[in-house]
Amino acid sequence: MVLLLLLLTVAVFFLFNLLPFDPARLTCGKVCTPELLEANRHRLGLDLPVLQQYLNFVTGIFTGRTLGADTASPIVCSAPCLGYSFLRHADVTSLIARALPVTFWLAIGGFIVWMTIGLVGGVVAALRRGKWQDRTLLTIALIGYSMPSFFLGLILIFFVILTWHLLDFPSASAVQAGPFANPGKFIGTMLLPWIVIAVLNAAFYVRLTRNQVLETLNEDYVRTARAKGLPERTVVVKHALRAGLTPIVTAAGLDIAGLMGGAIITESLFSLPGMGVLAVGSVVQSDLPVITGITLVAGFFIISMNLIVDLLYGVLDPRVRVS
Amino acid sequence: MTLAQPRSEPGKPAAGNRERPFLSVEDLAVRFPTDDGLVHAVEGVSLSVARGKTLAIVGESGSGKSVTAQAIMGLIDRKAASVSGEVWLDDEELVAMPDDAVRRLRGLKMAMIFQDPMSSLHPFYRVGAQLTEAALVHQSLSKSDARSLAIEMLRRVGIPGPERRVDDYPHQLSGGMRQRVMIAMALINSPALLIADEPTTALDVTVQAQIIELIATLQAASDTAVILITHDLGIVADVADDVVVMYGGRLVEAAPTQRLYYHPEMPYTLGLLTSVPRMDRERADRLDPIPGNPPSAINLPAGCVFFPRCTYSDRVPDGACASRNPDLIATEPGHLVRCHLPSEERRQIANNVLGSLVGGPG
Repeated sequence: MVLLLLLLTVAVFFLFNLLPFDPARLTCGKVCTPELLEANRHRLGLDLPVLQQYLNFVTGIFTGRTLGADTASPIVCSAPCLGYSFLRHADVTSLIARALPVTFWLAIGGFIVWMTIGLVGGVVAALRRGKWQDRTLLTIALIGYSMPSFFLGLILIFFVILTWHLLDFPSASAVQAGPFANPGKFIGTMLLPWIVIAVLNAAFYVRLTRNQVLETLNEDYVRTARAKGLPERTVVVKHALRAGLTPIVTAAGLDIAGLMGGAIITESLFSLPGMGVLAVGSVVQSDLPVITGITLVAGFFIISMNLIVDLLYGVLDPRVRVS
Repeated sequence: MTLAQPRSEPGKPAAGNRERPFLSVEDLAVRFPTDDGLVHAVEGVSLSVARGKTLAIVGESGSGKSVTAQAIMGLIDRKAASVSGEVWLDDEELVAMPDDAVRRLRGLKMAMIFQDPMSSLHPFYRVGAQLTEAALVHQSLSKSDARSLAIEMLRRVGIPGPERRVDDYPHQLSGGMRQRVMIAMALINSPALLIADEPTTALDVTVQAQIIELIATLQAASDTAVILITHDLGIVADVADDVVVMYGGRLVEAAPTQRLYYHPEMPYTLGLLTSVPRMDRERADRLDPIPGNPPSAINLPAGCVFFPRCTYSDRVPDGACASRNPDLIATEPGHLVRCHLPSEERRQIANNVLGSLVGGPG
C-alpha cells in the first residue's frame, strides 16, 4: 500500500512536470520582468533538477519544508506539506484540510441514505420478483440512474428551497463547522445534497442487491433454511442477503472512496466548499500544487478503502480468514 | 393450486376420523409451467409411512423423487408450480394448508436432510449457530440452552470434540462430518418425520454406511418415520421396510423390501436390480445398463412411461404399452405394479433374469 502511494506520487509529480505550464509564469502577474520570473522560479524551487524537486516534494510531506529559504520572504510549509499554492497564497495541506470535512460529511450522509434505500429496495424487489413492487422499484431505479445530478439538484433547489421554503439556502459555514456545532442547520444544509448523491447510487444498489439476493435464493443452503421452518424474512435477510453481501461491500467501499475525492457537481450546485469545488477551481486556474495534493489525497482514500474492503472480506467470509 | 373438491365425500366419515398412516400421500401431482411446456415432475403419487418405519423411494435422476419429497415438506414454490393431491401428516392435510402453517411444521414435526452437505450448509455461519436455528425458532429457548443443545446433538451424531466443533465453520469439517451436522440439524427438534434426500451420494463410500447406520440408530431411538430417497439399491436393502420405485414422475412399483428384491415384477425395477455392478461376474458382464434415456417430463410418452426403454413390451398384445398408461395394480397384498404384462409373465421374466445372476439378487 505504501509502495502504491509512492508510485502515485511519482506518477502525479512527473506527469504534471511534463505539462506545458510554467508555474513561475503563473505566479508572476501582469507586469513580469525576466528577473522577477527567475526570482519566482527560484522561490518555488523550480530551478532545481526535476529529481531534486521530486525529492523535496516527498520529504516535504514527512518533514515539512521552507520554500525560498534564502530569499527575503521565506514560506514555511510544515509537515505534512503537500506544496504551496501561490495563487491562493496558502499551503495545500490547509486548503485540503478545510475542504475534506465538507466532502467527508457529504459522502458519509449520502452513503447511509443510499445504502439503506439500496438494500431495502433490493431485497423487496427480489422478494416480489416480477410483481408490481419489483417493476415499480426497477423503474424508479432506472429513472434515478439516468437522472443527471445537476438536473435533480436544480429541481430540488427550485421546489424545496425557492418555492415551498421548506429549507434555507445551504450554508457553507454550517457544514464547515461540522454536524455537532448546530445539528439542525447542518442537516438542513446537507439534506438535499445527500438526496442528490443518494439517488444516483441507490439506483445502482437496488439493482445490485436484487440480483445478488435472487442469485443466492437459489442456493442449497437457502433451501436448508426453509426446511428448518424459518420465517421467510429470516431466510431472505439472514441467509440469502448475507451470502450475497460481498460484492455489495466491494462496490460500496470503492464508491465511498471515489466520493472522498469530491462530488464536483453536487458540491458546486449547493455551494459546498468541498474537495470537488477546490479541484475544479484549481484545474481552471492551473493551480498545479493543489491539483497534485488533491490527486494524492483522493488516491490515498481509494487505496486505503481497497485495503479495508480486503480486510472486510475476512470478516464477511470465514473461508477467506487466514488461520 | 388448491383442490376445489371437498375433502371428504358425502356419506363417508370426516377425513380426520379415518384411520390413516402417520404420513399418507394421496394422488400427489407437481407440475411446473415453463416456456417449453408443462413439466409433469410428479403425477399421481400415493405412498404412506408409519412411525418408526422406513420407506425408500428409488429411481434415477429426474424420476421425481426429490420433487415428491419437497412437495411433502412444502418446499415447492407455489408461485412457480402447481401442487395438487393430499399430504396427510398426523391427520393434518398440508397441501391446502396456508404456507405459514406448513412452515411452523417444517423443522419441528418434519425435517429434511439434503444431498450435498457442503452446499446445503451456509458457508458464513458457525455450525452451532446453524444447528440451533430451528430450535430457536420453534421453541422458546435461551441462547445458552440452545448452545448446550447443539453440543449435545453433535455428540449424538458422533462428532468428536463437540465443544470445539460447535464453533467451527462448515468448511473446516470433512464431508462425513458435515452430513452428521446436517442430520443433527434436522433432528434437533425430534421431528416425527425425517426425509433424507440422497444423504450419502456426495460422500466417500467408507462414510456412507456410517451415515445410514446413524440415521437408523437415531430413528429407532425416537420412533421416527423416515423417507429415504436414493438410487443406491444396496442401501435400500439394509434399512428400508418398504420400497417404492419411481420412473418419469410416476410410481411404477411398490412393495415391502424383501418382496421387491426377490420378486420384482416391473421391468424397470428389474433393470435397476441388474444394473448394480457385480464383482462375481466377468468384467464385461458386470453391468447390465437399462438401454435408452429417461423420458422428458414435458412430453411424457402417451402410454406406459417406461415403454420406450422396455425390452418386453412386444409381449403385450395390441401395442397397449404405446397407447395406454397401465394402472398401478396390486399383484399381491402390499405389492403394487404398473405394467401391462400379465402377472404370470412378469414373474417368469423376473425369474429368468434374476436366475441368470449367480447367487441371486442383492
